This record gives sequence, C-alpha cells and structure tokens, in this order.
Amino acid sequence: MITLIDGLSLGSIYALIALGYTMVYGIAKMLNFAHGDVIMVGAYAIMVTLSCSLSPVVAIIVSVVLCTLLGMIIEKLAYRPLRGASPLAVLITAIGVSYFLQGLAQIIFGAESKPVGSSWKLPAIPALNKHGITTAALVTLICGIIIMVVLTLFIKCTKTGSAMLAVSEDRGAATLMGVNVNKIITITFAIGSALAAFAGMFYLLQIPNAEPMLGAMPGITAFTAAVIGGIGSIPGAMVGGILLGVVEKFCLASPLSSYTVAVKFSLLIIILLVKPTGLLGKVSREKV
Amino acid sequence: MAMLEVRDLQVYYGMINAIKGISFDVNEGEIIALIGANGAGKTTVLHTVTGLVTPKTGSITFNGVNLLKIPAHQILSLGMAHVPEGRRIFQRLTVYENLKLGAYIMNDKKQVEKNLDYVYTHFPRLKERKNQVAGTLSGGEQQMLAMGRALMSNPKILLMDEPSMGLSPLLVTEIFSIIQEISKEGTTVLLVEQNAKKALSIADRAYVLETGSIVLEGDAKEMMNNDDIKKAYLGE
Ligand SMILES: Nc1ncnc2c1ncn2[C@@H]1O[C@H](COP(=O)(O)OP(=O)(O)O)[C@@H](O)[C@H]1O
Ligand SMILES: [Mg+2]
Repeated sequence: MITLIDGLSLGSIYALIALGYTMVYGIAKMLNFAHGDVIMVGAYAIMVTLSCSLSPVVAIIVSVVLCTLLGMIIEKLAYRPLRGASPLAVLITAIGVSYFLQGLAQIIFGAESKPVGSSWKLPAIPALNKHGITTAALVTLICGIIIMVVLTLFIKCTKTGSAMLAVSEDRGAATLMGVNVNKIITITFAIGSALAAFAGMFYLLQIPNAEPMLGAMPGITAFTAAVIGGIGSIPGAMVGGILLGVVEKFCLASPLSSYTVAVKFSLLIIILLVKPTGLLGKVSREKV
Repeated sequence: MAMLEVRDLQVYYGMINAIKGISFDVNEGEIIALIGANGAGKTTVLHTVTGLVTPKTGSITFNGVNLLKIPAHQILSLGMAHVPEGRRIFQRLTVYENLKLGAYIMNDKKQVEKNLDYVYTHFPRLKERKNQVAGTLSGGEQQMLAMGRALMSNPKILLMDEPSMGLSPLLVTEIFSIIQEISKEGTTVLLVEQNAKKALSIADRAYVLETGSIVLEGDAKEMMNNDDIKKAYLGE
C-alpha cells in the first residue's frame, strides 16, 4: 500500500514531465530534449529564492514563472528559426540547448549538489506518517492529479485547447481556421515548461538538493513514459508516467532493486514490441 | 473592381514553375469555376490565395486588401474561407468540435449559434452525427463537414478545391446543389474542379488552367458548348 502510494506519487512527477514531451511532440512535431533541464533550472530558482530568505510560496511562483519564460525563450530562439528544417537538425539543436543549460548551471552554481534550503519541507501529518506514508508523497499525488485534471479540462473546454488539438492534427487546416500556429506552439512550450517546474518542485520534496544534472534522469524516464503511453497522446503521457513510477517503486522494494533502471527500459521495449504506437498512441492515418 | 483580383501570379516550387503568370477575377455573387486536369496547378492557385504558399511575383487583392501582406491565419477574418483538397477535417475530433473550430475567429457566441443552425439546415446529416468522431464519417459526409466548417464564420467568399473528388455521382449532384444554394444566399464561390462538366453546369464564368497557364476563359454556358472544351474536358 505504501509502495503503491509512493509509486503513484513518483508516477505523477513523471507524468507531469512526460506531458511536456508529448504536448510539444504532438503540436510542434519535435522532441525537446532540453525539457528535463527546465526542471533543473526550476530547482535552482527555488534554491536562489529561498536563499534570499523569501518564503517557499514566493519560490514556487518564481520557479513557475521562470520556467515558463525559459520554455518560451528556448522555442523562440532555438527552435523557431528551424521550423521546416530536417528533424535531425532540430534534434541536435535540442541536445545542444540541453548541454547549454547544464553548462550554464555548472558555471553559476558549480558541479556539486547543493541543498535547496531548510524551509523547503512540508509539515508532518502524524496520523499518516506513522503508517509510513510521507506528506510529500501525498501532496505530490494530490497536486499532480489536480494539475492533470485542470490540463485535461483546459484542452477539452477552451478555444486555445481545441486549437492545440487542431494544430497537432493538421497545421495547414488549422491555419485555414484562423489559428496562429506559432502562437499555439509558444503556448504549448509555456504550458509544458510550467508543468516541468511543478514536477521539479515535487522532486525537490523527495530529494532537496539541486545539481546541474538533476533533470537528466527524470527527463529521460519521463520521455520513456511518454513513448510507452504513445508519444503525442496526452492521456498516454499520464498513464505511461504513472505506470513507470509504480513499476520503479515496486522494483526498488523487491529483490530486483538493483535492476530498476533496466526493468523500466525493458518495459519500454516490451510495450513497443507489442504495440508500436504505445499504449494509447494513435495509428497515423496515411492520406490516400 | 472585382471582389478577388489575381494578377500575373507566378508560383515556384523550388525550380518548378507551377503557375506561370495567371490573372483572373471573381466578382461578388458569382460562382467561378477554375477547371483543369490533374497537376494543372489548381490547388497551388488556391493555396497561394489563402497564404499557404508564397508566390514569386504577382498580386492578389481581396476587397481592396493586398492579401500578400496578410499572414495566412488572418485571411479568414477578412471573409475568405477555404475548403481544402482532400477535406482535411480534424479526424480525431467530433463533428461538433470541427464545426466549432470553423468559428475559431468569432467572438460573438450568439452569431456562432446562428451559423451552426445555418450549417445544420444545409447539412442535416451533420446535425444527426454531431457527436460522431469525424474520421469515421463517409467521404460525402466528410465533404459536407469540410464545407460546413468553412461556413461557420459566415465568409463572403468560399474557395472550394475539388469537392467532387472520390464521391459517387449522386453525392456529387447533392454537394453541387448545396453549393448553388449557398451561392444564392449571398456567398461568392470560387470552385476548383477536375469534373469540368459538373463545375460548368453551376458556374457563371470559368477559367481553364493547363500546366500553370490560363488557356481559356469565358461564360460557363458558352464553354459547355465549345467544341474544343467538349473534346478536351467533357469527354464528348
Ligand atoms: N509541395 C509541392 N512541391 C513541389 N511541387 C509541387 C508541390 N505541390 C504541387 N506541386 C507541383 O505543382 C504542379 C501543380 O500541382 P497542383 O497545384 O497540386 O495541381 P492540381 O491541383 O491542378 O492537380 C504539379 O506539377 C505538382 O507536381
Ligand atoms: Mg489539386
């Protein structure tokens, strides 16, 4: 039971990150490999804000705003000039942006891991904690679910949401409907990066240290989750993320614990062998 | 001045000269047919008019506005809607969601409801199937949806790219009579077709496009009786 809650909680962190990958892939048709590093920038933003003796609430706001802007700036400066370029050029640029952000963090903050600050913690809830459920896991799980519900409603019920779906399906037809495709892509990067900022916060509740490589492992795991769920599919990213989180926690609690990473990636291979489009991926309809 | 004026339009795809300096007019209230064989450049003309393709030279003016200065996504708000070749409806969305996207630029909710009623009156089948996923519609229904979607913003002019493509003769007749109704209700129509006979039967005037050039233009009824046209395009 505790393992399940821990797994769901870790899974919702992965899901939030995976949503960023999948939305950007679905709408901008590119793999944003710098996405994981946005989490790292968010973590440093929290560290710096707290070190100015500001409250964690201020730190949360600073982190979300900074990551959102960062996502929009990356899109504008690095990816927009490559609109229409070969996918390989875009992929290499994304990897370049990722190294750039990691290098920048290393220059500013050093390579070693630094504690984000003693005020970054949640109050104890004795009634739960004595059963082994941490407050962090519970808060992460509840907030994660709320964020995913809000995102789903946003996409389903707003004009911008349906424009996002339209652009992901047919950019030209969306343009004919009067949709400004560039604006929708910018919004997608903004939302994806804001989700990454939230994921970073929840991550810091479990491991309260910031380091330049912090985003790499959760990033790659969440990317795996997005592919398992079917890249481009929003419910797929949620399912894939939660699945990987649960698998990871159960593995860690079992005799297989030292093979956890291998198990996660084998899961990817097995699912892709059985269903190449991922669990909820759409078979792309070829036009005749 | 004509509603839509195209002058000396030249379009290239890399080295390929797809449109070789054509000019044509569409006056308010007309149905204009642009006919030609596969590969003649019909789709390229429509794509250039609505900004999806940039021409090398020439001018396109719509109600006095230079369209080449307007970003593609703003052209619909000038009153020009485009029903693209192959329909290109949003397959994963429902019929209703597709129609709502057709009214994406509209802020007046009451007007959107009115337009939805207008579309449902012309295409009652779309109303019956409003919650169906669009990808599961038949070809004829998809064409109706593409037209309905384009009508959701009450355009002044409707550009249609081969609405007859892949449809049975009965459905083609149905779609073409709806085009005539829409035209009578005040929407100007630029109709691109390979099916010259059908297109000429409802058009006021027509232009014949051959490998990127207009080789003939005139009154549609006269063209139907023109022997060259009969031989080349009407299969008689
Ligand atoms: N995207 C493109 N890239 C290169 N050539 C194209 C492209 N689209 C069309 N063409 C070429 O331009 C010419 C006109 O095509 P098109 O406008 O689609 O004709 P139509 O609609 O009359 O069948 C054809 O020779 C076609 O091969
Ligand atoms: Mg064509």
